Amino acid sequence: MGTVILQTIDFKLHDRPAPELLPSGIARLDSVFGGIPRGCVTDIFGPASSGRTTILHSLMAQNEEFCALVDASDAFDPVSAAAAGVALHRLLWIRCGRNAEHALQATDLLLQAGGFGLVVMDLGDIRPETARRISLASWYRMRRAVENTPTALVVIERAPLARACASLAIECARTGIQWSGAPGCSQLLRGAAFSAERRKPLRPASAEFEACALR
Amino acid sequence: MYASGEGVRLFACAQNFSPQVEQTDPDTVIVDIDGLGHLFGTVHEIAQAMARRAGPPVNIAVASNPDAAFHAARGYSGISIVPEGDEAKFLASLPVTLLTPPEEIAETLARWGTRTFRDLAALPDLGVAARLGEEGVKLQQLARGEGDRPLKPVEAPVQFEEELELEYPLELLEPLMFVMNRLLGDVCTRLEQRALAAIGLRLRLRLENAGDHERSIRLPVPMRSARLFLKLLELDLEKHPPSAPIIKVHLAAEPAKPRTTQNGLFIPLAPEPEKLELTLARIAAVVGEENVGSPELVDTHRPGTFRMCAPFQPRLSKSFSNERAVTLAFRTFRPPLSAKVQSDFISAPGIRGRIAKQAGPWRTSGDWWTTGAWVRDEWDIELADGALYRIYWDAQTGRWFIEGSYD
Repeated sequence: MGTVILQTIDFKLHDRPAPELLPSGIARLDSVFGGIPRGCVTDIFGPASSGRTTILHSLMAQNEEFCALVDASDAFDPVSAAAAGVALHRLLWIRCGRNAEHALQATDLLLQAGGFGLVVMDLGDIRPETARRISLASWYRMRRAVENTPTALVVIERAPLARACASLAIECARTGIQWSGAPGCSQLLRGAAFSAERRKPLRPASAEFEACALR
Repeated sequence: MYASGEGVRLFACAQNFSPQVEQTDPDTVIVDIDGLGHLFGTVHEIAQAMARRAGPPVNIAVASNPDAAFHAARGYSGISIVPEGDEAKFLASLPVTLLTPPEEIAETLARWGTRTFRDLAALPDLGVAARLGEEGVKLQQLARGEGDRPLKPVEAPVQFEEELELEYPLELLEPLMFVMNRLLGDVCTRLEQRALAAIGLRLRLRLENAGDHERSIRLPVPMRSARLFLKLLELDLEKHPPSAPIIKVHLAAEPAKPRTTQNGLFIPLAPEPEKLELTLARIAAVVGEENVGSPELVDTHRPGTFRMCAPFQPRLSKSFSNERAVTLAFRTFRPPLSAKVQSDFISAPGIRGRIAKQAGPWRTSGDWWTTGAWVRDEWDIELADGALYRIYWDAQTGRWFIEGSYD
């Protein structure tokens, strides 16, 4: 008589370990969101002058690893970034001349190569109708490429594009512009106040932060 | 092989038979003939082949060790085959002066009446050691044909180059890659044998219309991967294709010591140079070489001026600070958007609105001493929808532009 050995198989779904977080360099944002997750796609979206690029510069300045910026609309301003503390010699800047297709290809190649702590795809000035043409398959491909790597992929855009593929989505908006002096010739731009609201994961959280103008 | 005053000719001749050739003195070369039997036959036939090749007058001696062959070639004319084990007997009649002893020992030997190899070989070992010292013992061993030193072959300068003349002209890149794959494989094997890597590659393609198409690739760190080199050359040739079919390929690698790095626990994440080089080449093929690199600020007041440093070479620095005020970022429109400003209304492609608030003007100018002079008045404006822009009036063209937005 043979004995039947029953093996108990543990079918429990194991939780994925929480990703390591990159500090954004903006204390209020970090205290609410914790930071930008590594090995994930993060959407930072909002209209023009909503503080998206301010978060991006602060993130790049805070990160002591090598960063890659895939600039779809060629909008990166090195002077402003250097003033924010970005180490330009640690930054690989790829200018795509308003070609979203080239930006996708370059981002994909960078993610496949690995070795960067932060890869940013800046689609901030690309027309929404053009940006929406990026297929969901491309976003899934990028999410798969960045998964289980120490790289954080951040996408700057006007409206959320990565959607289901993003682990964190932050919507930015301006809350106020600070001017000083009397209206007219003596008026001066002092800074701006922004709000950042977490849209994904769906746990309501928001933070406000201010940025001072360079002039 | 010995021929008075013919050392250079002998060396060139010997290299046709074996790569292991020692230039012992200006008139003599010693060749390692081990293994030549398969090509030429017996040792006598090998010696005859060498004699024919070198031409008269040449003395050739074949022996089991380099010193015995050296002395036999210098002492006997024609071809001499020194039997293995009977070296002392064969060399016995040679004059002891052939050993070129130091003057003091030569005088002593003359006083003793030691004139031939036989005389010196017959002396008692202990007595020679006591009276002539280490030098004397060495001379006695040579006189007995007992030398056991290894051959010291002259190392020919190694060239990491390969070339191939094609049987028919190649027009397409793909078959050319097959050819280059083989050449790169050979070059990389040679580099590996000498524990070297390449810091640069030079490719010269002879074209059918007799012109040459040359390409050079400079690598950021020494590398030795034939696959990587092939891909880099392929990407480069795709960007800069030859103008006519190719009839000859010449490939050269610039050797360098391989990269040695010791990574630390606290060194931040960095891309691997080999992988990065290939990735950058691929990206450059998509967006253009001039659009990939690291930005560098230029010492000028002219707005929006920077320089692209290519190739991107990641280097660490300790200019990292945790405490920093958050500054308002600026996004540039390249080229600046031409705008129409009427009273408190601005319109430009994609931007249109009432100017709610403004700060300015700030006049900046520069380079007035050159032909590229510039003068502009800048304003920061807030539109009714809350968007913040920097606009300027170009005094030279008399036109308005939107330079970018604060974001």
